[in-house]
Formats: sequence, structure tokens, C-alpha cells
Amino acid sequence: MADLHFVRKAMIEEQEPPAATAGVAGWVRENLFSSPLNAILSILSLGFVFYVLSALLPWVFSPTWSATSLGECRELTGGGHGKACWGVIRERWLQLMFGFYPKELYWRVVLDFALLIVAVAPVLFTKLPRKMLYFSAVYPFLMPWLLWGGSIWNPIAVAAGFVLGFFAHKYARPAFGGLAAVILAFLLPIIWWFFLAGPLANGLASVLPLALETVESRNFGGFMLSITIGVVAIAISLPIGILLALGRQSDLFIVRSLSVGFIEFIRGVPLITLLFVASTLLNIFMPPGTDFDIILRVIIMVTLFASAYMAEVVRGGLAALPKGQYEAADALGLDFWMAQRLIIMPQALKISIPGIVSTFIGVFKDTTLVSIIGLLDPIGLSNSIRADQAWNGVVWELYGFIALMFFVFCFSMSRYSMFLERKLQTGHR
Amino acid sequence: MTSLTDPPKESFRLGMLIYDTRYRSLTIQIVALIGFMIFAAWLINNTLYNLAEQGKTIGFGFLSDTAGYDINQRLLDYNSQSSHWRAAFVGLLNTLLVAFLGCITATIIGVFVGILRLSNNWLIARLMTVYVEMFRNVPVLLWIVFTMAIMIETLPAPRAFKGDDPQASMVLFDSVAFTNRGVYIPEPLFSRGLGDMPILPDAANPDCQLNEAGEVGDSCGIFQINIDLLFLVLVLGASLFVSGRIRKRADRIQNETGDRPNTMYLRLGVVILPFVAALIALGFHLGYPELKGFNFKGGTYLRNSLIALWLALSLYTAAFIAEIVRAGILAISKGQTEAASALGLRPNRIMSLVILPQALRVIIPPLISNYLNLTKNSSLAIAVGYMDITGTLGGITMNQTGKELECVLMLMLVYLVISLSISAVMNWYNERVKLVER
Amino acid sequence: MNKTVFVGVLALAGMSASVAAAGLLDEVKTRGKLNCGVATGVPGFAAPDANGEWQGFDVAVCRAVAAAVLDDPTAVEFVPTTGKTRFTALASGEIDMLARNTTWTFSRDVDLKFDFVGVNYYDGQGFLVRKDLGVSSAKELDGATVCIQTGTTTELNLADFFRINNMEYEPVPIETNAEGQQQYLAGACDSYTTDASGLAATRATFEDAAEHVILPEIISKEPLGPLVRHGDNEWADVVRWTLNALIAAEELGVTSANVTELASAAGNNPEINRMLGTEGTLGEMLGLPADWAVKALSVNGNYGEIFEKNIGETTPIGLARGLNAQWTSGGLLYAPPFR
Repeated sequence: MADLHFVRKAMIEEQEPPAATAGVAGWVRENLFSSPLNAILSILSLGFVFYVLSALLPWVFSPTWSATSLGECRELTGGGHGKACWGVIRERWLQLMFGFYPKELYWRVVLDFALLIVAVAPVLFTKLPRKMLYFSAVYPFLMPWLLWGGSIWNPIAVAAGFVLGFFAHKYARPAFGGLAAVILAFLLPIIWWFFLAGPLANGLASVLPLALETVESRNFGGFMLSITIGVVAIAISLPIGILLALGRQSDLFIVRSLSVGFIEFIRGVPLITLLFVASTLLNIFMPPGTDFDIILRVIIMVTLFASAYMAEVVRGGLAALPKGQYEAADALGLDFWMAQRLIIMPQALKISIPGIVSTFIGVFKDTTLVSIIGLLDPIGLSNSIRADQAWNGVVWELYGFIALMFFVFCFSMSRYSMFLERKLQTGHR
Repeated sequence: MTSLTDPPKESFRLGMLIYDTRYRSLTIQIVALIGFMIFAAWLINNTLYNLAEQGKTIGFGFLSDTAGYDINQRLLDYNSQSSHWRAAFVGLLNTLLVAFLGCITATIIGVFVGILRLSNNWLIARLMTVYVEMFRNVPVLLWIVFTMAIMIETLPAPRAFKGDDPQASMVLFDSVAFTNRGVYIPEPLFSRGLGDMPILPDAANPDCQLNEAGEVGDSCGIFQINIDLLFLVLVLGASLFVSGRIRKRADRIQNETGDRPNTMYLRLGVVILPFVAALIALGFHLGYPELKGFNFKGGTYLRNSLIALWLALSLYTAAFIAEIVRAGILAISKGQTEAASALGLRPNRIMSLVILPQALRVIIPPLISNYLNLTKNSSLAIAVGYMDITGTLGGITMNQTGKELECVLMLMLVYLVISLSISAVMNWYNERVKLVER
Repeated sequence: MNKTVFVGVLALAGMSASVAAAGLLDEVKTRGKLNCGVATGVPGFAAPDANGEWQGFDVAVCRAVAAAVLDDPTAVEFVPTTGKTRFTALASGEIDMLARNTTWTFSRDVDLKFDFVGVNYYDGQGFLVRKDLGVSSAKELDGATVCIQTGTTTELNLADFFRINNMEYEPVPIETNAEGQQQYLAGACDSYTTDASGLAATRATFEDAAEHVILPEIISKEPLGPLVRHGDNEWADVVRWTLNALIAAEELGVTSANVTELASAAGNNPEINRMLGTEGTLGEMLGLPADWAVKALSVNGNYGEIFEKNIGETTPIGLARGLNAQWTSGGLLYAPPFR
């Protein structure tokens, strides 16, 4: 019998994969030319990318950084239209960032927005120490003070109102019962703010004048204005939005109708009409003699606008909670507000954070509309800059710069929100 | 006198309004209502006082005054002697036009991009991602301004078409002209047209007297409907109806006998032949644009402001729709795709027959809100000088008359009505296409 | 939820602001700032420079008033306004005066209830066209595409002009001068129409300015001037006579260079003396210090100096005085006597 069997004694050497499926060639084949249609599409897209870049790159790289007027740019580039004039950005970028905020006080704005990140970080990243949340609570009072300046006693007096409300609730609850405590916790701070806070702050300011130089909100402009409007509107709209969302879910017919009416009205009209209200009507609606300046009025209207959207986001969060959570809260004997505070809201808000972030992105982008009513946000400023004889005729450089800045802000935020969404999704499945 | 009534077993105490759950909700509602009414009264009171202080009165009489300004794109007959009412209506139609066109193109682009983002072609998928991120993260106002500027700067001016050796020429057999003032395309004309039908004609108007040709003037009636168009729509509607009956009959036969008669040619014929016959009867031909004087004359003129706004809004909204479509497709479990390919369907058939119909359920609600956003964003038309209702009623009319309160309130009302109607229609559609869940 | 604090801040701001106003002049004095409405950006008339300082012909009027009332030309809050927002800003009291190339018309004066205190620039609506269009008169513009800046009287004038002359046109409404310029240069409109001063300023910045002409027809009268609200005549007087002082000073030969010298002691010319407060009590009658005009004049000088510095022939804008010369040199500027 012939010894026909064969036993391999040594492992065969690992073979290179076929050249067509490995390395760059393989990747290209797999991902770009897997079928005739794909091949055509790939070639077309490559052509498109090449076309765009060949038009854009020479324009971007133009040696005009030092120019002080459009005429000088034209001299530097030999009168060619295919070159950007970056001198305008060099000369005006500070203005595009800070508007007319006094130059020597720029640090306050920078510090303010840096602190904003510190204040928001513990809310967004759960790994950070929880103690940082105390700073988040202080920040809303610190921020307007840093931006607008004035006596430090004003924000302290306003903050004292909240502390007052908190203690009123805490001590009135055992004494008078839940509802009375809630009413007291609302009423006392309101009385405090309207009648006592002002004189007290003035009194303290005259005793111990700790103040920053006041900056009128008229001097706000550029990206600083956009960010201020966006941040303030979102921050205030959050509590209003929560109340509206609760109102919309409520069983009480009138409360529900009012909430639904408000939300649908605001969501049904374009922001620009609300800005028209801010620029032309809001002062007519207010008591005679009231004179909010235009930026405060815009902030008020944008806040109302954001509140309606925020209410829908929070409603989404509430709807996503399993019904068992509500029932469990009821079973524990918690009353409505306690259930909301201890069980429902912490979960619902956590689910809503991505929605809140995208609402913020939306509001932030929409702040560009204020240029239509004459505020000098980046786009409004670009018009003013072009009214300067030196830069009359500059278009793309300004818009390009503004678009880039918006892209950087919004893109990073939306990435964060997507990251969070993924994280939350795994947490709930 | 003695009272015969028994005292109630449980007397009503004021405290029960708060502590008794039977009354508490009522109390809260009444308090809320009173609060709201006080707030509204406060606002109205302030407004009246302030207006009186400024010496202004509230009234809508100004809307009947002569507007005095011209509007370039008018879907209704309008001139500078028309009233502010009419200017507002012309603006409203322009808003609806751009919103309608925008919604359609945004949907088409969005669906395509959303599917292409999931393509296995690396380059295409990346390009689409770049497109989506670029548009989603830059304000729409900037995109509108950009699109307009690109149109103005890159396309040739009409005078480039002039001369013996023009720098630019018309495309598609000299029928379409792309200029930086807009696009001129051939217009449908009818040599044996039926004329226009005035709606609500006013017999006292001299323009309503029949002239030699047996027609009335342009300014007769509130607006005029083109009878040719009406006729064509009626013909098309009738043939579609007949075609539907044929389909139903085929269904019935299939249900009874199991064989489906081939009705495709018949149905196509029923739809196309009467329509073509109607066109021939009306003497249909195309009117081509021609360069005369400063501008092209003849043809249909799509203004650059319309195109820029339309394009920018579509591209911007499409980026959002693409994400919605992508999410909708990803929400369909992979088993569906695998099952479909096990049945031997090809990839594009899988997409159109299996995935998309299911994904629609997830896609439609956010799609509605994007349509709403597009419509609302169309109010940025003033940035490119497209005369929508914000440009007429909320723009020049408000400016010239100084009636801010009335104009802004009307403007809000109009948008509110548009928004609510869109949501109503789309919700109705959503109800219809919704899969019946077990 | 602590963030509702801002509502509180707003409420406080509202309360502190709701102090009933007496005369506007006193209010401005107590406030220590003049709120002046200007354009968001019109070359030569109002625009912020790189340092955020507002510059321009209209801005100079605001500064002169601030100097006369508050003795500080920098005590001005400039409120940028658009064609849409300017009148509400003034009517609602957000600004004390509006110096934003605004045309004095009947309806604005009577119906919108404003007081135009005078004219600081006599303008008219003109047409800018390319030379190679071969057009020498606005009457030849039949069928043309015309860019107009909205929010002004120009669109009404334009509609009237083409209707009267039985011509067709295609209006292209635009929001800002910069956009109009862009569209016009790219050939998206055949002609650009706005106030002739604006056209000249725009044309001056073109690379090929010689290729463009302003057509001879001026189709409207556009007297541009500062305005205030109806009903506060003291304040209107202050603004009116500050403007008149600037104009009269040029006529009388008072400049920023010699005003201090002339004001140091009464001179030969009694009108100069009265204006500069070395004779009579004109300042007191206005409710201002005697040397109010001196302060107003020492900011940027008289009308002629302001004109030359911002929009005159030595500037890139290069406007000739034309109608805006003193009546003594054939113009329309005619300040009432200081007596």
C-alpha cells in the first residue's frame, strides 16, 4: 500500500492577500470602484473636489495680510480678482469678535466665556467633580455682572432673592404646609426684587463701592453679541421651557390651553417677526417710560422664542420616560413638585441635553437675523465695515470669516451633542 | 320666618379651595386664567396709552391706500397704483411660491443625500457628510447671501450676450439663458388661447367692458384666472380619473380570475392623448426669450432673488432632511435588508420597496417641522430683495405708512395660518401613511 | 433653575428706567449722554472705524449737539438704525435725535409726528450707469433693471418717475448700499439709484470709476436733515440752533481754528458775538451755557469744515458743494440770523 497520506508538519507561511484587495489599491477598489456606477461617481466627485479646491486655494493664499485698504490689496495682488484681501480681517477681527466693547475691558468678555465653559462643564461631563456644580449655580449671577459691569451688589441682591425663596420654602413647609410654602417661595422673592433689592443694593454700594466699569449693552457687537444673546436666551428659556412643558402635559384645561397656545404661536411665526416686535413694538407694550435698550428687547424676544422650542425638547424628554417612573413616584407618596424635582426632571433633563444643545445651536445661528433690525452682530458689522471707504467692496473675506467662525462654534457643539446622544443611548438600553 | 332647609352636611370652607383636591385644580385654573387676563389687559392698556401718547391710532384703513411702490415678481396683476392690500397679497403669493418650490427640492435633495451618505463609496459618503455639516452649521442667512453673491458674480450679465462675438451664449438650442439677473426659460403660449377669466368683476370698472377682441382689460376683477390653464388641469384631472377606474377594473379582474390584464398602454394613452389633443387645440407653442434692449424679453423669467432664495433654502433644509432620512433608514433593522436580499431583490429595489416605506414612518414627523422651518426661513427673503410678504407688508408698507403694530400683527397672523395649515395637512398625511401597528 | 435670575435683572432694569421724563433737554443733561440715531453704515455719513469710533457727516451733527449740551463731544451713544427701525426708535424715545440721512417729507413731519429741525444736506435721487451702456439720460432707461435701496423714499420716487414717463422697468430691491454696489458692478442691474451723494460715494470706491457716470436727471428733492419728536420744542430748538450755528459759522468765517480766539472777547461783528455768547443771552434762552456754540464749533469746526473733512472734494467721496454751498456762494444754505 502506497503511503499516500500526507500530513503537513509545519504551518504554511501566512500568505499576502491578493494585491487587488490589500493596501491602498485594495482600499481604493473596495471603497471607490466597487461597481461601474461607483467608479463614475467617484471620478465625478474627484473632479468636483479638484475644481472647487483649485478655485478656492489660490484665493485663500494671498499675500494681503498687511494691507490697510482694498486699494492696497489690489496693488499687492496686481489687480487680480482671484485673490482674497485679508487685510480687512487683520484690521477688524477684534471688532468682529467684540463689537464696540471697550478695548481695555476685553478681558472681561474673554473671562466670562471661559468661565461659561467651566460652569457648563460639570453639567455636560458627568466625570467632573460634583462640587463644580456650585460654581454653575453662581455663574448666572456672575455672568451679567462681568459683561455689563456695575456694582457687585446688584447681582448679589438678585441672588439673595433666590436664597430667600429657598429658605421660605424650607421653613414654611413644616409650618404651613406644601402649597402655602410654594406660594410663599414665589411671592417673597418677587416682593424682595421689586421693593427691597434695589434700595439695598444701592445702599450697600454707597457703603462699600465694589464695582466694575459699566458697559452699555449698545456697545455689544460681533460674535460676543451673538454668544451673549444665545447663552442668555437659552439659560432663561430652560426654566420657562420646563414650566411650559409641564403646563402642556397638565390635566388642567386652562393651563394646558395657555401653554399650547403660547408654544404653537411662537413656533408658528418666523423669528424675524418676533425681532420686528422687539425693534418696533415691545416698548409700546411696556408701561410708559420703560426704556429697555434694543439689545435687552432682542434678548427678551429671543428668550420667548427659545422657550417654546425648549418646551418641546423637554416635553420629548418627559415623554421618553417610562410611565413606571411616574407611578413609582406616586406610590412613594410624593406630591407633584417633589416628584418632578426628585424623580422626573433629573431623568427627563438628562435625556433632553442633546436636544437642548441643538436648540442652542439653532438659536445661536438665528442670532444673525438681528442684523436685519440694525444690530451690529457679525453680519451687521460686515455691512458697517464695508461702509468704510477703505474696505468698500470687500465681500467674501468677511462672509467667509464669519461663516468659518460659526462653523467652528456650531460644529464642535453638534459633535459634542452627538457624542452625548450615543452615550445616553447605551445607558438606556 | 324660619328656614326649612337643612344645613349642608359638609359646609364649604374657603380653605377647601386649596386643600381639597376636588376644588384645587379648579382654583389653580381660575387663578391662572385671571392672571393671564390681567396680563393681557395690562399689555393692551399700555399699548393704547403709548399709542395715544405718540398720537397714533389703530386702524387698518391704510391698507386700502395706494401703495406707491413697484414689485418685480408678481403672480397677480399689480402696479404702483394698487393698494397696500394687493401688495400684501402679491407678497403672500411669493412667499407661498418659494416655500412650495423649496419644500419639493429640499425633499428630493435631502432624500438623495441621506441615502448617499450611507453609500459604500467612501468618497461619496464623505462628500455628503461635508455637505451636510457645512450647511447645518452655518446660519441660513449667510447661505442665502452667499448663494446670491455666487449667482451675481459667476453668471454673465445680459450685456455679455450682446455683440457679434458674445462672451456668453444661450444654452439648449438657444432657448434658455442663464444670466446673473436670473434664468430665462421658454414660456408656454397658446395661439388659440381662451383668455383670462376675471374673478368678482366690478361692472362699474371701465376695464370690464368687452373690447373688440371680446376680452376684458387686465385690471378687471380682483384677480384673473387663465382659462387655458384651468382647461388643461380639468382635462388632466379627468384623464387621471378614467385611468384610476381602469386600474380598479384591472384589480377587480385580477381578484376574480387571478390574471391581471396589461393596462399600462391603455392607461398611458388615456392620460397622454387627451392632454396632447387639448394642447394642440389651444395652439400650444413655446415663446423663447430674446435679448432686446437692456434685458431678455419673452420667456419665463426666474429672477436671481427667487433662485438664490429657493436654492439656499432647499440646500440648507436638505442638509437637515438628509440627517432625518439617514436616521430613518438606520432605524430599520438590518434583518429587513437581509430578508429582502434573500428574496433576490436588487439594492435599489430593496431601498424603494422595503426600507423607505418603513423608514417613512420615522421620517415624516420631523420632516413636517423642517417644512415649517423652511417656510418660516423664507421670511429672510429681504436679504436678497425677494419681495415676499415680509418684504411688502412687513417691509415697504410698514415703512411708508408707519403702522408698525398693524403690519407686524398681520404678518404674524399670516405666518401662523400658513404654519398651522402645513402642520394640519402633513399630520393628515402622516395619519394616512402610518403603518397599522399590532 | 437659578438662571431665572436674569428675569429679575430685567425687572430691576425696567423699574429703574421707568422714571417719568420732564423736558428732554434736562433728561439728556442728567443722563450725561446723548442718544443719537445714525445709519448702520453709509460711506462718509456714518460708519464705525477700526477703533469702533463713529465717523461721518451725520455723526458730526450728533457730536456738535453733544458738545453744546453736555460739553463733551464724546458723550454720545450712537444707535445704529435701519430704514425700518429709525422712526420707531425715535418715536419710542430710544433715541433723542435722529441724524441718519432722512428725507424731510410732509407725511413724516405731519403723519409720523416728527420735527425736522433743518437741512444738513440737500440731496436728490440720481441714477448711476456704466458708460458703455450708451445711456445719456434717465429717460432712455426704458426696460432697464434698476437696483434701489428699500426703506427709503427712493422706491416711491422711482415708481413715480417711470410711471410719469410711461416707461417699463424691473426694480431690484436691496437692503444695504454694499449689496447694491455688488449687484451693480456685476451687471445684475443696469442702473443703481439712490441719493446722488450716495452714488458719488459709491462710485468713488470703484476700481474703474471713470467707466461709470451719474446721469444728469435728478428725479426728486431729498432735503436730508436731523429730526426729533414732536412736542418738545425746547429740545427741538437746541438741535435746530446747533445745526444753524454750524451753518452760520461758516458764513461768518468762524472756524475751529479761530473760534477760541473769537470767543475770548467780544469782537466787531455783533452777530458773531451773539452766537459765541460774548454778547446777549442767547445761550441762556436755549437753556444752555453762554458758550454753547463755541463748544459745538470746536469739535469739528463749522459746516464747511465738517463737509470737507467727511465728504468734500479732498476725500475719496469727493462731493462738490453744489446746492450745499452757502447762499452767498450760490447754494441753498441760509441760516436764520442769531438775534
